[in-house]
Amino acid sequence: MTRSLAGWVFVAPSLAVIGLFFVLPVAAGLALSFSDFDLYALADLRNLRFAGLDNYAHVLALPLFWKALGNTLYFVLVGVPLSIGLSLACALLLQSPLARCKPFFRTALFAPVVTTVVAVAVIWRYLFHVRYGLLNAWLADLGLAPVDWLGDPAWAMPSIILFSVWKGFGANMIIFVAALQAIPLELYEAARIDGAGRWRQFLDITLPMLGPTLLLVGVLTMTGYFQLFAEPYVMTQGGPLESTVSVLYLMYEEGFRWWNLGRASAVAFLLFVLMIVATRGLMHLARRTEEPQ
Amino acid sequence: MLPRRRAFVTSAACAALGLAGCGRGGAGAPLRFWAMGREGEVLETLLAPLLREQPALRVRVEKLPWSAAHEKLLTAFAGDATPDIAQLGNTWIAELAALGALQPLDAGAMGLDAADHFDGIWRTNQAGGRLLGVPWYIDTRVMFYRRDLFERAGVATVPGDWPGLVQALDALQRSGVAHPLLLPLNEAEPLLALALQQEEPLLRDNGRYGNFRSAGFQRTLVFYIERFQRGHAPFLTNNQIANLWQEFGRGSFAAFISGPWNIGELDRRLPADLQGRWSTAPLPGPVPGSRHGASTAGGSSLVVFQRSRRRQEALQVLAFLGRPQTQLHFHALTGNLPPRRSTWALAPLAGERRAAAFLQQLELAKPTPAVPEWERILQEMQLQAARAQRYGTPVAEAAATLDARVDGFLTKRRWMLDRGAAA
Repeated sequence: MTRSLAGWVFVAPSLAVIGLFFVLPVAAGLALSFSDFDLYALADLRNLRFAGLDNYAHVLALPLFWKALGNTLYFVLVGVPLSIGLSLACALLLQSPLARCKPFFRTALFAPVVTTVVAVAVIWRYLFHVRYGLLNAWLADLGLAPVDWLGDPAWAMPSIILFSVWKGFGANMIIFVAALQAIPLELYEAARIDGAGRWRQFLDITLPMLGPTLLLVGVLTMTGYFQLFAEPYVMTQGGPLESTVSVLYLMYEEGFRWWNLGRASAVAFLLFVLMIVATRGLMHLARRTEEPQ
Repeated sequence: MLPRRRAFVTSAACAALGLAGCGRGGAGAPLRFWAMGREGEVLETLLAPLLREQPALRVRVEKLPWSAAHEKLLTAFAGDATPDIAQLGNTWIAELAALGALQPLDAGAMGLDAADHFDGIWRTNQAGGRLLGVPWYIDTRVMFYRRDLFERAGVATVPGDWPGLVQALDALQRSGVAHPLLLPLNEAEPLLALALQQEEPLLRDNGRYGNFRSAGFQRTLVFYIERFQRGHAPFLTNNQIANLWQEFGRGSFAAFISGPWNIGELDRRLPADLQGRWSTAPLPGPVPGSRHGASTAGGSSLVVFQRSRRRQEALQVLAFLGRPQTQLHFHALTGNLPPRRSTWALAPLAGERRAAAFLQQLELAKPTPAVPEWERILQEMQLQAARAQRYGTPVAEAAATLDARVDGFLTKRRWMLDRGAAA
């Protein structure tokens, strides 16, 4: 009894902080999502109505929500594999016995991660500029027509993906480098003696040994990518023609631009459910592939 | 994880303390005055004579960026931290009035008179029959055009009606300007100005429903989209034009629709040999044979917040900023156009040729509907127009979509109005 009481006393400060800054706001947000809290309610609380599931029904019937969801899934489905693939490729290159100046390249490739999104996004806007940008200058050197990277609805999301992958792949790369160093070299020696080529070694030794790391990186990257916000906010403001509106951006606009806090909370909880489902799915997939072995 | 959480706790605590520190001061504290952009920068200079007259009065100017001003004002209201005086874009007045945040003003007590102001602008400062702000500077949209390019195409000046404008644009195209009129696809103001020229209001039933299916708005939308279809306007957004003034100087286009600040910008940025080769004209109107059409009634107003404890002093500041001499000084510092006719009658404004188009246009300036949801409606209007332009949606269909969305935004307003009527 006293032992368990002592335990509670020790965790009480942490619990209080979690309760105050996590549980309480989340509960308040959930309550808000069942109300029509907006500008009018801010002026006078008598203008607040209980809305039940109306906000959820409204959001689910909103074409822009589905468009935002589509945009977000596009970003996740293309961006996550691209980001992980690039991280892994760079990590393998850095681990190669042929690589020179490893610390330099490790730092250089990691550098974008520690920069601020807003500052770098401004620079990338120059790179993407339709008339004076570096990317279009290269296209012109190749004899190709210029692309309106951020102004064309078809190209805006690929541009955002390009930027995000460049910005974020370094973090995963460092994790992969650490995981690669943990693979015993004897496995590769044995494989070479059995006559396995480089590709076979990669498929049958490197990938399986990286399994848990891949899962971790996959989950972290995916949850991060679902929360796409800063890039479109700084670079395109959701445009052109709503082609870069993400679910989180939609929530921001509803909540803080138009002050429909009830509806914005509903969007937030829908995104939360979506992320839970996606993460669970990924874990389930990972477990299924592990079990037969 | 742990350090991050600790940082979060600390910042939350600071925010709480900061809010307490922001509370309205007692008698000795200076008046808090929120101003945006360039106006915020010159405000201290502008107020210097008043502070010399009244040494007891102290004013603290707090500058906000335009891009964050709207959010900050609403957050300040929610957090009970509104300033005493603020500069406000006049389309936001309805919104803050709906919150009950603004103090009704007595024009006469400040030496102001509605007849001395332009009607369209004055009306944007009223809500529910009460004056809630005083115009500080005004903004409307006119046509900036290259006189030399128009003359080369055989057009003496900007025509007064739409059919004339179309002919002029055709002539300009023949004379070698491929896309003579710039209408950036992500900028709502030009389309809004053209839409306000129609007889029908943009919202109907006291702002209960959208009125974009009206014949008038559809005519505007057809006219707007046709400019792109016939190549009169280039398919460009703001972001794709690196330097508006440079491209205008180069003759990439011969005309664009913009506001008064561009007089100063063009004076400063165009090389000497191009000065005198551009001018301004009121917007052409939709009715054939008209001299010119209506335009927007924009600009900034000054408001006093209801929660201010120092209203008397705040009103003194407003009265000072409303004096014609102060407004002339303000114009010299910023290029902003003054709201009072008695200021316009003074030199050097009275003789300014390029400001004259604005003076003419202001007589026909029309306010936008005074509903808190207007900002959002405007953005939706531009979005639907850009979609119709890009995907070739029939105009009637685009107008119906727009009306449906706008009716959605106004749902709560309808409920409020109906309840108010029942009570």
